Amino acid sequence: MSTNTSTLGEHIHRDDIGSRMGMWLFLFTELILFGGMFLLYSVYKFQYSDSFFLAAKELNTIMGAFNTAVLLTSSLTMALSIVAIQRDQRVLSMLLQMVTIFLALFFLVNKYFEWSAKFSHGIYPGSEELLSKSSGEILFFGLYYVMTGLHGIHVLVGIFLIAVMTRMTRVGKITHDNYVRLENTGLYWHLVDIIWIFLFPLFYLIT
Amino acid sequence: MDKHDYYHEHSHSYGIYVLVWLALMALTAITVAVAGMDIGKFTVATALIIASFKAYLVLTIFMHLRSETKTFLIFVLVALLFLGISFVLLFSDYSFQ
Repeated sequence: MSTNTSTLGEHIHRDDIGSRMGMWLFLFTELILFGGMFLLYSVYKFQYSDSFFLAAKELNTIMGAFNTAVLLTSSLTMALSIVAIQRDQRVLSMLLQMVTIFLALFFLVNKYFEWSAKFSHGIYPGSEELLSKSSGEILFFGLYYVMTGLHGIHVLVGIFLIAVMTRMTRVGKITHDNYVRLENTGLYWHLVDIIWIFLFPLFYLIT
Repeated sequence: MDKHDYYHEHSHSYGIYVLVWLALMALTAITVAVAGMDIGKFTVATALIIASFKAYLVLTIFMHLRSETKTFLIFVLVALLFLGISFVLLFSDYSFQ
């Protein structure tokens, strides 16, 4: 499984498969982290079906669908940046990574406007407006803020990681025959995308 | 599989990713359209089935599970199995309370 690569006379040990496997193991911990929240969501959805139905109407489906498209497109540019580096198209790979970062930022800006709109209507954790609603609706918005918030933090971490990868590609630490770090960052980014693929219908489309 | 095989098996082509992206966008449009229709209690089930299919596409193509060794696939299936067990246990407990 291990690979020995000789670069500039140095003998460097590398294990790309082990590296990717380690990344997948980390992703499983993320799956359990979000999985626990999806468990919580599903029980309350079952218990307060009508309130969830009502509360979900407050969310902007168009905005949610648009953000889904933005995140899916960012996953595409991330995957393409890996193909580009495999083909030794360094500049193109860096460009695609930067487009990914741009789309991720765009996602967060949309999320900011979405949250702001909710805040201006008095719907935020602990607000009088929210506490006057039924307990099912309070739970729905509690889960909405925690789950999309935690997802947002993951998007931020992803932006940081991709930026580091772009820098590494620029200085030649990521090359056409050594790009496992870019692949692992890609795996992380696609997982963030998968989590959103489930968050979107569960919060926006249950009306 | 050694390094050579792995690098060899990757097609290094842009086309497949663009195709999968188009499929993902189409599925998003479909799931939004279906949610607008009145199909009662099947709304959530339909949305989840479409979401699962989208996740499957991302896992196999974008995350390269299709071209990894079997070990990776077994890893992912075991992880999903345990998540599935949590859901089954939780709901069996919940429904007998």
